[in-house]
Amino acid sequence: MTHSQPALDTSPPVSDEIRRTTCYMCACRCGINVHLRSGKVAYIEGNRDHPVNKGVLCAKGASGIMQVTAPSRLRAPLRRVGPRGSGAFEEISWHEALQIAVDWLEPLRESAPEKLAFFTGRDQSQSFTSFWAQGFGTPNYAAHGGFCSVNMAAAGIYTIGGAFWEFGQPDWDRTRLFVLFGVAEDHDSNPIKIGIGKLKQRGARIIGVNPVRTGYNGVADDWLGITPGTDGLLILALVHELLQAGRIDLDYLAQFTDAPCLVDAGDGPGRGLLLRDKDGKILVIDRTTGRPAPFDRKGVRPDLGATYRGCRTVFQHMAERYLAPEYGPDAVAARTGITAARIRALAAELAQVAFDQAITLDQPWTDFRGERHQTMTGRPVSFHAMRGVSAHSNGFQTCRALHLLQMILGSVEVPGGFRFKPPYPKPFDAHPVPHARSAPGSPLNGPHLGFPRGPEHLALTPDGAPARIDKAFSWENPMSAHGLMHMVIANAHAGDPYRIDTLFFYMANMAWNSSMNTEAIMGMLTDKDAAGDYKIPHIIYSDAYASEMVAYADLILPDTTYLERHDCISLLDRPICEAEAAADAIRWPVIEPDRDVRGFQSVLVDLANRLQLPGFVDDEGRARYRDYADYIVNHERRPGVGPLMGFRGDGGATGRGAPNPDQIRRYIDNGGFALAHIPDEAQFFKPWNAAYQDWAVGIGLFDTPQPYLFSIWSEPMRRFQLAAEGHGDRQPPDHLRDRLKAVMDPMPIWYAPFGDDAADGYPLHALTQRPMAMYHSWGSQNAWLRQIHGVNPLYVPTRIWAAQGFDEGDWARVTSPNGEITVPVAHMAALNDSTLWTWNAIGKRKGAWALDADAPEATRGFLLNHLISDLLPERGDGLRWSNSDPVTGQAAWFDLRVKIEKVAAPDEAQPVFPPIVSPVGGKGRR
Amino acid sequence: MTQLPARTEKKLGLVIDLDTCVGCHACVTACKGWNDANYGAPLSDQDAYGADPSGTFLNRVHSYEVQPGDAAAQIINFPRSCLHCEDAPCVTVCPTGASYKRSQDGIVLVNEDACIGCGLCAWACPYGARELDRAAGVMKKCTLCVDRIYNDNLPEADREPACVRTCPTHARHFGDLGDPDSDVSKLVAARGGYDLMPEQGTRPTNKYLPPRPKDRPAEISVLAPLLDVKATGLAGWLDRILEKL
Repeated sequence: MTHSQPALDTSPPVSDEIRRTTCYMCACRCGINVHLRSGKVAYIEGNRDHPVNKGVLCAKGASGIMQVTAPSRLRAPLRRVGPRGSGAFEEISWHEALQIAVDWLEPLRESAPEKLAFFTGRDQSQSFTSFWAQGFGTPNYAAHGGFCSVNMAAAGIYTIGGAFWEFGQPDWDRTRLFVLFGVAEDHDSNPIKIGIGKLKQRGARIIGVNPVRTGYNGVADDWLGITPGTDGLLILALVHELLQAGRIDLDYLAQFTDAPCLVDAGDGPGRGLLLRDKDGKILVIDRTTGRPAPFDRKGVRPDLGATYRGCRTVFQHMAERYLAPEYGPDAVAARTGITAARIRALAAELAQVAFDQAITLDQPWTDFRGERHQTMTGRPVSFHAMRGVSAHSNGFQTCRALHLLQMILGSVEVPGGFRFKPPYPKPFDAHPVPHARSAPGSPLNGPHLGFPRGPEHLALTPDGAPARIDKAFSWENPMSAHGLMHMVIANAHAGDPYRIDTLFFYMANMAWNSSMNTEAIMGMLTDKDAAGDYKIPHIIYSDAYASEMVAYADLILPDTTYLERHDCISLLDRPICEAEAAADAIRWPVIEPDRDVRGFQSVLVDLANRLQLPGFVDDEGRARYRDYADYIVNHERRPGVGPLMGFRGDGGATGRGAPNPDQIRRYIDNGGFALAHIPDEAQFFKPWNAAYQDWAVGIGLFDTPQPYLFSIWSEPMRRFQLAAEGHGDRQPPDHLRDRLKAVMDPMPIWYAPFGDDAADGYPLHALTQRPMAMYHSWGSQNAWLRQIHGVNPLYVPTRIWAAQGFDEGDWARVTSPNGEITVPVAHMAALNDSTLWTWNAIGKRKGAWALDADAPEATRGFLLNHLISDLLPERGDGLRWSNSDPVTGQAAWFDLRVKIEKVAAPDEAQPVFPPIVSPVGGKGRR
Repeated sequence: MTQLPARTEKKLGLVIDLDTCVGCHACVTACKGWNDANYGAPLSDQDAYGADPSGTFLNRVHSYEVQPGDAAAQIINFPRSCLHCEDAPCVTVCPTGASYKRSQDGIVLVNEDACIGCGLCAWACPYGARELDRAAGVMKKCTLCVDRIYNDNLPEADREPACVRTCPTHARHFGDLGDPDSDVSKLVAARGGYDLMPEQGTRPTNKYLPPRPKDRPAEISVLAPLLDVKATGLAGWLDRILEKL
């Protein structure tokens, strides 16, 4: 037939209404336009005006519609009626549910508030949930940072006053060489993809350092398939090369870091600390006078090479350590799996781009010493790293090593380098210190989490025992700035350091993919004492979905989905700022729940009012806040400074101002967010830039300017080392002295991951990665996303594939010192030849997430978690040694060592657990 | 059999950059979301929460491993959708005239009212770019978001395919490949954009930009030591480096 075509309406109506809110399909927190038709969600796209995603949206975000229709959504409060772990519940009213919670919590608050352990998982409201826990009076509060990336956050803050991920970003518009270490591909999702897109458009080079070449490493120009746990060694070899060749930014080091500061060489209790004047100001030697001077005096020219009364500069200590042959490329090549030639080439390229392609902006600025500079010189080399580097027992020191590399290249807070996002930069000593002193009927003596400056800030009881159930801020991991959520269940079960009564979790799948040693954890949650009572007497859990953890709680407080709730993404918390601007945002109910569920934060407000918690009720005991939205608008952390910075006072004030009853409406009208641009003069050199410091004070980030020097030499670490050497009245237990002396080195070091100790007979490394299209366990309930990632084979490198004689469709038994799993394998050549890997959290327990029992996630999907112990192998000393970084307590997921052997295909991936009864019923079909 | 137009006024299509695509699947679900609620029948899912979930997608991303003899193995992420061919075999094979190529812009569409779900077009397409919706019984394929690109109800900036609008790395580009001065044509010229499987004679409109060469570290001489640190000791090194200040 001849060509003919039908008439087509190319301008159909799109939707009835667009409501702009914030995504929660991962931690990225992009702006979204939710299109509604007849009151139902029809389509979700990125918000072009939003600072995080600028209109784009990832696979998860665009699938949000299937998250708000997922059959796994919990429907009503639940009370357990069967044994724990069975999944047998009855629906109850909110009145009854809240009364049960109050009946459990009120006596604890009046007698022993520490018997409540409240840990909040993937919480995006930590400044609020911690405030609640502080009012309750328990020291046992943290979110999930301890099993996520606290090494990255804490090492960054202690070293340069900020870190990767939400604290900073490469200068995507100017950088010419971008080096990506072991990134987890959901952190931070769209901004990194947007940035990579910009680099590709400009033809800038990308180098990936990762055992696995997927995702971002797939588009990298060069790939270094490093052996897991050795990134620190590679980085320090680069430092060695750059120092040896003198290709370092001496001026930057002298002006902006502690390199010219003097290290006390005396034998007293100050040995190894930095010399200070009588006012406590750190001293440098001024090159113009040859005399000591405070580091921040106007006109001072700090001398990197000075020696003063036998005390040498940090610079000299640094040179001595890293010029040693043990850090040379030849010495580290075998261990890292990267040839010496490749390491030398990378060092040369870093130097070439940083120094020979330096960029200069004609932007005058004034530094904290009062000196005016006419231009801004930049080193267009930038780095990013996340969990792959930090989830090792040497992760903290490795992260510090990476920041050292950035410092010697002069590439932090300069054009083309790495830039902080407000409220960072912020020196560690402008953060709180930990607080853990509880008393019956009283609030805690201060915020739970913080940055210890030394042993005096550890959270210990008067007899020296850990004050917290997770042993955070104890000698086992002194700088555990995010707590150790991964140790809570095991410690509560063991009664170590003490017994608790109620475990209260929010949004963390601790009975499955968020725990190490999953099977043992399930056993601990259901274990009973001689009297037949559960060893952990009460468990309360809040989640929006029928996760595996739901089955292990006694009381379920069902949360809403992200489109049905109020939230604030606050500068007091985990910000969404950009390097050029401060920003915060809200979520608001763009649709109403069709079930008997409530936003968890509003439930906490309700509980706080019932429990009469300080901060939530006034002197007469009357509720200050109706619900979370009311708290967001009216709470003031400091006078005039609240959860949201925008539209304060009469609506025209940013940062500081009285509560504005119309604030949420103003956010909604503005697209769900507020933005405050940083002035041009304040855009770079922020830690030292007077204009930035004044701007930060103006919008309420600080109350006074907080300029500081970067810390190549960490005095807080040295203070813990001094204690281990016998100085001071707060002394570590003897069995930890040697470890503290070694790992609390004030300058970055590398040591073998602790997993290597038990690695005899386990020659391979095994790790997980996040797919870009899934977030933790949430994706599997999403009808679209599970079609993309419904199975997770174990990827095996060519060397092992050939040695084992694997064929497509084969299965393997994988064994670690902790256990074994039997799983499907697949070949992958673009992989470090001693590393196995799989996608994280695809495997599901039968009955969970409203999937059918024969869903591939439950029959072929699997977790590596069964292979990973929460404790290191016993050493015969009767002690429980956590499988964590000894500095921060970060879970050392990626220290895992395994062996693999081909086996006949079983019916299902092993181990298999009995199905749990779905609390949302049946086959979970719509 | 159905005829193709003798010529089309424009050749609207996509340019997909394989050097930049990180395989994130954003385009896959943005496409599913838009087209589930707009042009034609919804994109159904079967056994959505069961053992063998399968649904209709107009765009999918496949990741392939490439093993060059002289370099490390590489991953190529390959988005696959209708290429809006000039000599589209899916159109000429259609027995009812349901498959057609628009004369004004070259977009290949299915008129679902006329589609009998026979599947001949999917069989004829060498790219596997058509999927029969099992619920609606009609053939589904990329529409190049024909209901977005001219839509007066959308802001001008949004009049582009959903996959292009959402792509976080900006690896997808939309425009008139029949106009040599268009941005997409210039991009194809600059980056050596190519036709997929040209031997099939389909003359696809969409172009792919090839991955740039990888694992060829920059040609830079290794760093020369300032001096022999072993011989001079730290003091010698310190003197030499501080001369630079």
